[in-house]
Amino acid sequence: MNINHKGGLKLNKIEKKFLRKQSKARHVLLKHEGIQAVSYPTQSLVVANGGLGNGVSRKQLLLALEKCGPMEALLMPPNKPYAFAIYKTIEESKKAYAILNGKEIIDDLGQKIILYLNFVEKAQWKRMRLQALPPGLLVVEEIISSEDEKMLLESVNWTGNTGDQNFQKSLKHRRVKHFGYEFHYENNTVDKDKPLPGGLPDICNSILEKWLKEGYIKHKPDQLTINQYEPGHGIPAHIDTHSAFEDEIISLSLGAEIVMDFKHPEGVTVQVMLPRRSLLVMTGESRYLWTHGITPRKFDTVQASEQFKGGIITSDIGDLTLSKRGIRTSFTFRKVRRMPCNCSYSSVCDRQRKATPPSLPESSKEAWQLEQEHVHRVYDLIARHFSSTRHSPWPRIVEFLKALPSGSIVADIGCGNGKYLGINKELYMIGCDRSQNLVDICRERQFQALVCDALSVPFRSESFDACISIAVIHHFSTAERRVAALQELARLLRPGGQALIYVWAMEQEYKNQKSKYLKGSKTSQEDKEEINRINSATTTAGLLVNQTPDLGSEDQASSVPTTNNIQEGECTSRKVPSSELPVHTNRTSFHSQDVLVPWHFKGNPSKDKDVEPFGLAGSPDPSPVFHRYYHVFCDGELEASCQAVGDVSVLQSYYDQGNWCVVLQKV
Amino acid sequence: MKLLTHNLLSSHVRGVGTRGFPLRLQATEVRINPVEFNPDFVARMIPKVEWAALVQAADTLNLEEVPKEPTQGYEHDETFLRKMHHVLLEVDVLEGTLQCPESGRLFPISRGIPNMLLNDEETET
Repeated sequence: MNINHKGGLKLNKIEKKFLRKQSKARHVLLKHEGIQAVSYPTQSLVVANGGLGNGVSRKQLLLALEKCGPMEALLMPPNKPYAFAIYKTIEESKKAYAILNGKEIIDDLGQKIILYLNFVEKAQWKRMRLQALPPGLLVVEEIISSEDEKMLLESVNWTGNTGDQNFQKSLKHRRVKHFGYEFHYENNTVDKDKPLPGGLPDICNSILEKWLKEGYIKHKPDQLTINQYEPGHGIPAHIDTHSAFEDEIISLSLGAEIVMDFKHPEGVTVQVMLPRRSLLVMTGESRYLWTHGITPRKFDTVQASEQFKGGIITSDIGDLTLSKRGIRTSFTFRKVRRMPCNCSYSSVCDRQRKATPPSLPESSKEAWQLEQEHVHRVYDLIARHFSSTRHSPWPRIVEFLKALPSGSIVADIGCGNGKYLGINKELYMIGCDRSQNLVDICRERQFQALVCDALSVPFRSESFDACISIAVIHHFSTAERRVAALQELARLLRPGGQALIYVWAMEQEYKNQKSKYLKGSKTSQEDKEEINRINSATTTAGLLVNQTPDLGSEDQASSVPTTNNIQEGECTSRKVPSSELPVHTNRTSFHSQDVLVPWHFKGNPSKDKDVEPFGLAGSPDPSPVFHRYYHVFCDGELEASCQAVGDVSVLQSYYDQGNWCVVLQKV
Repeated sequence: MKLLTHNLLSSHVRGVGTRGFPLRLQATEVRINPVEFNPDFVARMIPKVEWAALVQAADTLNLEEVPKEPTQGYEHDETFLRKMHHVLLEVDVLEGTLQCPESGRLFPISRGIPNMLLNDEETET
């Protein structure tokens, strides 16, 4: 292997060191890059230390290499500390080997580096498949004139500090300024309720209007972050927080070009040149799934050819060189997101991300977590949306409340928006709910209500004449917790006091009668069904409002079976075969007692007219889906659970429009 | 939060039991909400009230003095019933705290809503 022997001559110290280094270089190339050096001369040389990755530009290396003879090619792979020099003849490559091996050259940063050369059979470079820009990415070159660029750059006042409302910070690797909303780096989001005074600079507004008109962008942004990067500065690879900003994110490059790295989670990296005065538009996959960042360095590897401007830095290593960075100022415009993110990239979505799909809990801690995520959080999210709608109370529940003696003290555990709290003015009713947002609605309606958990209700024992628990118990995810919730209800009752309990039934057809909801839904239009389904779903946490006349059960999430294939007695053997919770298909039979029921968020109909509905940009129906956990009860199961509770007797049990219901009495 | 509601509230911190009653009330904002007077309704509430706790709460809020115990024949004592109607149903604590007398745990009252949520370790179950 060693081709540097000089007969039997003794090597001096410097020569020994050199040989050692050359050998090491050869070894490293083999080990890390799979490049096999050969001991005989060839046309091709691998030049260790003469690479773009260690700061040697194409021009510099060519200067040294071409002195030894005409070259066929110089291949410089990006980010690698070596290059391949291919000469026209072996004579010339031998000459280069003799002259350049161990030769010192000065790199682009002015540092001395020593080249080590070895012959190779051929220049090995795995050609990557032709790369494409990440889907949804667009670089619009020369989007503004030099005059506008100058004006924009001059409009940024980096010196102002005191009293400057547009928060400016010097970060580790760049400095920034925010307009519209301050971007918080601690949690990578904005405070949506605290816009900065002044909004976006006027100069930007006119430019944005122009881009909108010309179709480069579809949304008018309301947040601007100005970053200034000096050579050597950078920004770590990141995905803009999904829940903070809308789909379209745009960035205007001013003052200098820069190479931005885009990475797909599976490992593909695409380097994209952002020329000076260009606009980067990130939408869809490139916005949601790919990370983008700027490597902190003073040189970028760029295409050597003059005609190249923006876009991908290709893997054509015969055409790469280094470009010294200048001061780049970027104007990044974003639109603050007002609705939950509904992207299709849940693995990287801060709102949708979950380590594992929800499964049936195996401990009370897991049960608590499941309920937290798939009951409490969901109802808190949807609560406000329905506050302006209404819902007629259920007749048999009204009947129960009206039959209570005047002056009874009644607790509604899981009261939702308080639909039942005002039914009978002769009662003193207090509502409780786990959701602060729902309790807020009760309070606005002048009802007594508080926030608590149904397993731990903060009332003294035996202080209530009656309790109701409407569509609550089925949200507890273990049998123990369902019994514990019933036990807590019983604790509140005075001796002789009664509790009315409603839970959603597995059987949506009973005694050959389809539930009212099912009959209703058959004649409904799709959207009417949707509304009703949502309303019904909402009632499951006790939010009892509706925009349409009640068609369904007290507790239906429109998941009504169209066929009745449930036989009595079948339930007891019905176990979830795998622990992963099945997602229920709306308006079909239940196939499992423990299910996730999808609920499609239909947008916010509140007064906030600025809120744009999803899909305005033409994206196909992107309404987000929430999954709520339910344990649907089989015939007899609710009564059996009540048997496990001490000091109560079941006075009455019945089926009411898709629900199993009992009246308990404290003994 | 009306004082009748306060009279029903009890601390549910783990291990506290009946010693969690009554919750110590601290109010920073109280509003009087007129409610239509219904003497029969108020009379039915009287026997359900834990009287000492009510006296204490009314005292904390510097309301007009609540008698040490219900007067004899209160069902027909309109002055007494009107007074209790006011104390139990018209006084509304908007901002303040409730404190567990046993554990010292504080629960906030905000916009009239007590938040009685406990964390995992504090619950009984």
